[in-house]
Parts: sequence; structure tokens; C-alpha cells
Amino acid sequence: MGKRIGVEVSIAAAEAAALADVDVIAAYPITPQTHIVEHLSELVADGHLDAEFIPVESEHSAMSCCIGSSAAGARTFTATSSQGYALMSEICYIASSMRLPIVMTVANRALSAPISIWNDHADMMMSRDTGWIQTVAENGQEVVDLIFHAFKVGEDHRVLLPVQVNLDGFILSHMIEPIHMPDKAEVDAYLPPYKPAMRLDPAHPVSMGPVGMPDIYTEAKMAQDQALRNSKAVIVEAWKEFGDKFGRYYKPVETYKTEDAETIIVSMGSISETAMTAADALRAKGKKVGVARIRLWRPFPEAELFEPVKGAKNLVVLDRAMNFSGGDTGILGGEVKSVLFDQNHHPSLRNFFVGLGGRDITVQNFEEMVEKASANGGKPVPYEIINVRD
Amino acid sequence: MAKETGIMSWKELELGNSITRPGNAGELKTGDWRSMRPVTDYEKCTKCGQCYIFCPDMVYKKNAEGYYEQNYYYCKGCGICAHECPVSCIAMVQEGD
Repeated sequence: MGKRIGVEVSIAAAEAAALADVDVIAAYPITPQTHIVEHLSELVADGHLDAEFIPVESEHSAMSCCIGSSAAGARTFTATSSQGYALMSEICYIASSMRLPIVMTVANRALSAPISIWNDHADMMMSRDTGWIQTVAENGQEVVDLIFHAFKVGEDHRVLLPVQVNLDGFILSHMIEPIHMPDKAEVDAYLPPYKPAMRLDPAHPVSMGPVGMPDIYTEAKMAQDQALRNSKAVIVEAWKEFGDKFGRYYKPVETYKTEDAETIIVSMGSISETAMTAADALRAKGKKVGVARIRLWRPFPEAELFEPVKGAKNLVVLDRAMNFSGGDTGILGGEVKSVLFDQNHHPSLRNFFVGLGGRDITVQNFEEMVEKASANGGKPVPYEIINVRD
Repeated sequence: MAKETGIMSWKELELGNSITRPGNAGELKTGDWRSMRPVTDYEKCTKCGQCYIFCPDMVYKKNAEGYYEQNYYYCKGCGICAHECPVSCIAMVQEGD
């Protein structure tokens, strides 16, 4: 039946990968890393996990190694963060194009400069267009659950794509939380052994990752885009099965008190817990505030997001990464705005940049943002960086 | 990417654009961008086979009489055969003329 324990979220993530019976972990163990790969290396070294742990010379090599092992038919896992992700990113595009179901956790942190190891979503936003399925966790339990879900979805023969599980750096990765860890039999009942659809096998030779001339590249990208778009149904189905087995149900967009809300905060990740506290505080003052949290970042849940927010007057959309001179919104702000644009009636939108490079976001910040959104009167206002000293 | 790629739909691509039939590069038409084509004067040809040996794209093939003939499906018009021919029996002719 598993058990509920107090555990650092990174350690729990490593234990989840081990429970998923990974065959290969390739990782570069230096800052910015987390205890995720450190603990996996311990599990392998101590004989608790029968897997290959390949310590490579860079994150670029880590993902290259993962591509090789996944292509050979091994269940493959890695973890990274910020600058490490940046170095790895070239190979991430290749992993999704080659349709290899690698699972990776990214402890989201700011990108330098100035040098920062603290939490924001710059690395996640950088990874937006790599073609990976991307989920975003709110708390430690969700990190663990999303890792099982990631293998389940990525390896499904209707999907066959790599999956990135995002968790806020430090705020989640280095926090000790109460987490229910399932036992191996429960995980096995949910996650069958990996059966590759195609693999490197001398008995059946294939060439993976060949050149694509101009007469085929467009078709290759069309096929890849369709695969990612079509994965949404499997993602939702795998969450339903997870809920039926483990009792925790997930969906692409989580809502909190949105039914009668006049102002809805649209957010991603652990900041949403503060947003819910702020919503309660504002409701105590008579303001109808709710929260819509995006759990599925790619494929983007357009309909699932519009449905709960369509009746609101104002949206407060939170971006946790810069979008330098990219029009009047941040990245999430722009995506939400594109969902609203085609609708006849939709809420007005205020977009705020918050929590950059580890800056705390307080309930008071939320109150300020909700106040500004309500005062907007539906007129378009460019994004604003909150809590910046003049 | 099995058959001539130019006519494939995105739905026909193998998973991850993999090549599942080894050696199918021979089906790829690579001789459609030359501007000059090699033409052999078989009156002068001595069947020495230098064109066959030097051709980087396996364009030449020996026929029943022992002469080497071009397969323009692969020929890019590089002119190496014409340059190497010891009796100068290969002329590079403008495409479209």
C-alpha cells in the first residue's frame, strides 16, 4: 500500500524513477543539479536499483547518452536545471523529433546573467518549443505522481514522445514534504514494462535520425506536431487511470474557486499555492477571486483553460520568465491571450512578471495584482514587472 | 523515408523519420540538379573503364558490348569522367540544349 513519509522532494523524485524501474540514467552531477541524480547514483551504487548510471562530461552529453539508450530500447531518465538545460537544449529537440520517450525532471531555475541558481521559469520557457510533452508540478506529491505518469504517457505507442516534468527549483526540489510513496507492486500495476515501438537491433537494422532534405523536413515537422497534439487524449486518459488506482486525480488545468470568480489568477507551479491563499484572503474581504493553474504546458490545453475562466471579468496572468521586447505580454500571457482572442466574449487580461530569479511572491503582491486587474476596466495594459524597485 | 521522398505524405513517414529498409538511398534521385551532362562518343571510346572508376556517384555501368553508359538518375554533372577520360571521348553538354 506504500506509505506517507516526510522526504525531500528531490529524493522522492529519485525514488519515483527507481520505482518506475529505469534502465539507464545519464546525468552531469554539478551545479545546477539536484539531489535527484545524486540519490539515483546512490541507489545504483548500493545495489538497490538495477540500472546503468552513466556520469557524463556535460548536460549535452547527458541527453545524447539518453537518446542512445532510449533508441536501444532502455527506459531512460535524467534530470537537469537552468544552465544545464541550456547546454542540453540542442539535443532535446532531437529526442522529440526521433520520438524517444525519455523522461526528464527539470528543477526550474533562472538563467544567468547575473549568475543565479534560484527559482523561476526561464529554463521551462526556453524548453517550450522543443516538442516535449511538459507537465508542471505544484507540490512534492505531484512531482512523484507526474514521473509515473510521464513514463506511462511517453512510452504509449499512440504517443512515443519525451516528457519533461517541471518542478520549481528549491521551493520544491529542496523542500521536505509529506509524500505518499507507493510500493513497487502498485507502480507496476500502473506502469507496464517499456516495449519500444522501434529500436536499434542488429537483427532488424534501422537508421534513426537521418538527414531531412527540404522536400521532407516540412512533412517531418507536421508529423511531429500531430503526435504532440494527439498526445493530449492519452495524457488525460493516463491521469484518469492514475486517479482510479492511486486516488489522486489530475487534469490539464486545475481550478480553485473559479465558479463565481470575477478575477481569476492564471499560474503555473508552486506559486499557485500562494495564489490560493491570496484568493481566500481576498474573498474574506469580499472580492471574488479564483485560481486556474496550468498543469499541462505542452500540448497546451486551450479549451481546458478557457472553460473555467470564460465567465470571469479579469484575468491576472503570471509569467515567471522574461520575454524581452516581445510585445505587451510575457510568454504565458501571450499564450493565454491567444486563447481569448478568438472568443466573442472573454475576460480582460493583465499580465504580470513575478518571482524572477528567486524573488518571493507574497499574498500582498497578489492583492496588488488583483487590485490592478480590477481597476483596469477592460482597457489593454502592457505587462508589468511586480515588486521592482524604482 | 523509403521511396523518393519528394512524393511522401507526412502520414507515410516512419516513426521519428527512421529508415527501416537499409540501402534505400539508391532510390533517392540525386541527379536532378546538374547543369552539364556527360555524353560519350562511342566511336572514340576504348572501353578502358576510367569513367566508371573515377565517377564518385556510381553513374556508369558496363553494358553487354562492354561500353560504359551513364545513368543520369544519379549524375550531378561534376565532369570528373570527362576530365579523366584518356581519349577525350566524353563531352560535357549544357543541359536543356
